[in-house]
Amino acid sequence: MTDTATKTNPGLSVSVDQVVPAAGHTVWLTSLTSAAMAFLAVFALALSLATERLASKWEGELARTATVRISAPAGQTERQVQAVLDILQTTPGISSARALGSDETANLLEPWFGPDLPLDSLPVPALIEIIETEVGFSPDNLRLRLAADAPGAVLDDHTRWRAPLVRAAGILRNIGLFSVILIGGTLAGMVTLAANSSLAANRQIIRVLRLIGAKDSYIARAFVRRFTLRALIGSLAGVILGLAAIFALPEATLEGGFLTGLGFQGFEWAIPLAIVPVSAITAFVATRFAAFRVLKGMN
Amino acid sequence: MIELKNVSYGFGDGPLLSDINLDLAPGSFHFLTGPSGAGKTTFLRLCYFDLFPTGGHVNVLGTNSADASRDAVSSTRRRIGVVHQDCQFLDHLTVEQNIVLPLSVSGQSAQDQDVSDLIAWVGLAERRHAHPPELSGGERQRVALARAIIGSPEILIADEPTGNVDWEMSQRLLSLLVELNSMGTSVLFATHDLSLIRSAKTSLSARVLRIRDRTVQIAGADL
Repeated sequence: MTDTATKTNPGLSVSVDQVVPAAGHTVWLTSLTSAAMAFLAVFALALSLATERLASKWEGELARTATVRISAPAGQTERQVQAVLDILQTTPGISSARALGSDETANLLEPWFGPDLPLDSLPVPALIEIIETEVGFSPDNLRLRLAADAPGAVLDDHTRWRAPLVRAAGILRNIGLFSVILIGGTLAGMVTLAANSSLAANRQIIRVLRLIGAKDSYIARAFVRRFTLRALIGSLAGVILGLAAIFALPEATLEGGFLTGLGFQGFEWAIPLAIVPVSAITAFVATRFAAFRVLKGMN
Repeated sequence: MIELKNVSYGFGDGPLLSDINLDLAPGSFHFLTGPSGAGKTTFLRLCYFDLFPTGGHVNVLGTNSADASRDAVSSTRRRIGVVHQDCQFLDHLTVEQNIVLPLSVSGQSAQDQDVSDLIAWVGLAERRHAHPPELSGGERQRVALARAIIGSPEILIADEPTGNVDWEMSQRLLSLLVELNSMGTSVLFATHDLSLIRSAKTSLSARVLRIRDRTVQIAGADL
């Protein structure tokens, strides 16, 4: 009598977990596959969440700002800047507007031209930063007014380059989510193959069980429990490794940009833990489907 | 109990079995005999739904082959014990575990004393913790018999159970089946060994079914 039987029943019985021998290559194959898939899923999730944050940041930071660039002949710049500021003060939908000083303009150009840029000797346009109200302003109306009173002023509401950036971030986020789905599908496929292999290897056992009156649900349970448990353990290991790898990445910095922003923030660290039960459920469904399909093909 | 109506089975050139009409009564003991390849095993497999007839229908313990679901077949098999010549086991389990397996798959457990008594009855008290690959042919047959009857089946089907054992062991297995029949279990025993059938004359009222010309005939009077 086995220990299991002794503990679970006063009489003699064989538990469903005992009817299929534990040995075989499907044991480590399923665990290893689950671990690898879970590891990859953690990174795909991190990519998806990072791009989500990036898209929100770009959209939030840029959506309510605009810039007026003034390129006027020498001697007229100051007058046109003042004219633009006057127009902006009376434009509905604008919360504030201010002309950038030469230091701020130099800072903006520093990444391209380096420090100590002699702005006075360069035809650098004057810049006015606009902060919108929540309602926002009408770019077309503002452009008409600027054209009348400050012909050297050009309004840039950031739409032109904000939209493709936000769109790119959105696509990256969707690719990340799609990758997670693909990984789940691959896991289901691998578990199905492993289950099929195990069912084929244990054909004689299945035949004996059928002969003594075991129903398909009982035989399927013997395989489903085993594969679900393997997937659970494998994916738990994969998630732990994945989180450790993400944790080891450098912290997000301005210089690092997108790559160092790859990771989780706050409660997001808990999201990858969902991969473990999802993997187990995937293995459960895949094995059950495979088992019933194979059993129906047997007498 | 086991009723066959116009049963035929076979594919291709012609049926292996055809036009079988039989009604085996509860509590009966039937020998099934015939030359090798005549279809004894096929006939028995039809009787426990391991095969389904290609014509006619088989009714076993109220389950009809024509409309039996897979679960209904499993439920019926729990009421039938089967012993094969080359009996198969779960080799990673012990003799004792293999014997109680039919109860386990139906969600029951066996009392330790009952299992001990059963194992002693088939003469394997010393081998209860052995694994099937360690057993001799005769021991395997007796384990198969114990496994077949632990669930108190209403029918016991034995397909050449004495094929791999010596005469003494054949007699011992036969006496176990006779004893089981005396307790009310119907027995259908396939063998090509006529001397074994003759030896049962003294202790048994049994009928002989003979497969000839692709059909099953009742061979004369009781033994």
